[in-house]
Amino acid sequence: MTRVPAAARTVAITILAALLLGALLLAATGANPLTAYEAILVGAFGPDGFQDTLAYAVPVVGMATALAIPLRAGLVNLGGEGQLVLGAISAVAVGLAVPGPLGVLAALVAGTAAGAIYAAFAAVCENRLGVPLLVTTLLLSYPAMSLAAYLVRFPMRDEGSSLPQSAQLAPDTRLPALGGAGLTVGLFLVVAAVVAYAVIDARTPAGFESRVTGWGPRFAQYAGIDRSRLTVRLLACSGGLAGLVGAIVVLGFPFRFIDGALITPQYTWIGLLAALLAMASPLGTLAAGIFFAALTSGGFAMERATQVPRELTAVLQAVLIIFLAAATGLLRKRKGAAGG
Amino acid sequence: MVDAALFSSALGALTPILFAALAGALCQRAGVFNISLEGTMLVGCFAGVAGSWYTGSVWLGVLIAMIAGTAYSLILAIGHVTFGGDAIVLGVAINLLAVGLTSFLVRTVFGTRGTFSDPDLTGLDPIHLPVLKDVPFVGDVLSGHSALVYVSWLAVVALAILLYRHPWGLRLRGVGERPDAAASLGVSVTRYRYGVILAGGALCGLAGAQLALGNVTLFSENMTAGRGWIAVVAVLLGRALPYGVFAAAVLFGLAEAFGFRLQGVGLPQQATDAAPYVVTLIALFAASGRLRKRRTVRENT
Repeated sequence: MTRVPAAARTVAITILAALLLGALLLAATGANPLTAYEAILVGAFGPDGFQDTLAYAVPVVGMATALAIPLRAGLVNLGGEGQLVLGAISAVAVGLAVPGPLGVLAALVAGTAAGAIYAAFAAVCENRLGVPLLVTTLLLSYPAMSLAAYLVRFPMRDEGSSLPQSAQLAPDTRLPALGGAGLTVGLFLVVAAVVAYAVIDARTPAGFESRVTGWGPRFAQYAGIDRSRLTVRLLACSGGLAGLVGAIVVLGFPFRFIDGALITPQYTWIGLLAALLAMASPLGTLAAGIFFAALTSGGFAMERATQVPRELTAVLQAVLIIFLAAATGLLRKRKGAAGG
Repeated sequence: MVDAALFSSALGALTPILFAALAGALCQRAGVFNISLEGTMLVGCFAGVAGSWYTGSVWLGVLIAMIAGTAYSLILAIGHVTFGGDAIVLGVAINLLAVGLTSFLVRTVFGTRGTFSDPDLTGLDPIHLPVLKDVPFVGDVLSGHSALVYVSWLAVVALAILLYRHPWGLRLRGVGERPDAAASLGVSVTRYRYGVILAGGALCGLAGAQLALGNVTLFSENMTAGRGWIAVVAVLLGRALPYGVFAAAVLFGLAEAFGFRLQGVGLPQQATDAAPYVVTLIALFAASGRLRKRRTVRENT
């Protein structure tokens, strides 16, 4: 029983240590750390900032959940960026071709399908050709990003714009907005995905199979779980959700695909870290994703309030994760020592 | 289409990847899965440019890049070896930290956003090898690179000698293959793993210096652009063998240089950007297919 408080204490100490280090960095740049932290907090959860946080949490939590799905079975999908971008570009292509509200539905389906097929292909490569999934997903990611970059520069380029971006979607082929901060009903889709993952994980044979594989792949094999099929299925779900997130993003403001707009905010890597930190538990992943989203939207507020570059919050985020990773390692070591 | 300039540019392109892949191979041999190569290289890029800019000497810049890479890799060493944190989580976080940290520093140190370049920033000069440079073709390919290109070749040989001809290499491989056995023979697993991670950091620093001061003379945000990940793949493709890793890096460099050449005949840049990854993937498929065939033959006999 003493273990849970010990773990909680370690996590609390870790967060405090990271905040302290951040305060030192802030002080070094000449800002008042307290003012800066207050700005982050208000910016993330204040009445104005909360919408920003939610808007940012949609892609981050979506990607975190997408990458958590295979992680539950111990499979790492490093190709989230490619699946996200491929989903987004497919959604825009379909959304521009199919008019009206039907186009929204078609675009969401197209994005999901594109991500799912692409990720499943990486899984098939592992099963058939024996190249580790970590590598196939990662390497397939880059051609997908290049393809999207090519499409928005040439065939799908917005006429009359010098930027590498697609044409804008028609007003009736957009996701309905919620509030003003770029938040759309995509929020509900991501919430639905998280709930579905939580229920499947806890209540169904499919979720159990995947957790068993995560505990011990050899045991899972003895138990008769078909690893190849499981890999393809999990990767298809993972890539499908990543593609859906891409579709949700481009069907919201500014209603077009802009080259690099899905890569620069690091949705995928932040999402992957959230999933890794929560050890792919559905609700833990959700909490970690929201936390990172809050830190990022708070960072923008801090930049406005204190002139400290917002890149510093990215630094804080990474420092926090490094500390937490080290702390969980320490906990595991201690537990191992105590248990025998 | 295929001439000396093509191979020459391939050699320039592969050097940062080669340095980083050697770092990865060294770590792999000691049982550390190091995916922080990308971030460490990026820190090396920044430190190299900043060092060269403030000291006015490009070689001090290279030295500072090595020191910065080593210092930065301490995060992985402490987090993974001392605390037992997960190497993948730490690696991804270290890469993310490098992107944030270098963007932050570009803004606070140089006061610009995105890219820093200046005519006064000194880069690495090409070295023209005596005698060899007058040999037709071979001279054009092998001569006229920055000194770090030649250092990287020496590093391949040095790593091969270290791993297979020196007691340290034997112990290091022992630490990687059977940590318990190595420890029971009195070899400090902790010390060896610290050693490889820090040495890998220095190599990544050199990779960054070559990228930011040799291939170009500037720093831009996220300029490593996946090269560290390609290095991770090169380690796998070359099975963490020094010459295998070298061959994998050559393959990648050729694909990049050839892709660049194809742009000249009208292929879009994006197609050629993707070429190295596709070529690497195909090479992996081929390598694993051959491996599997060998395995089945062995099982049948």
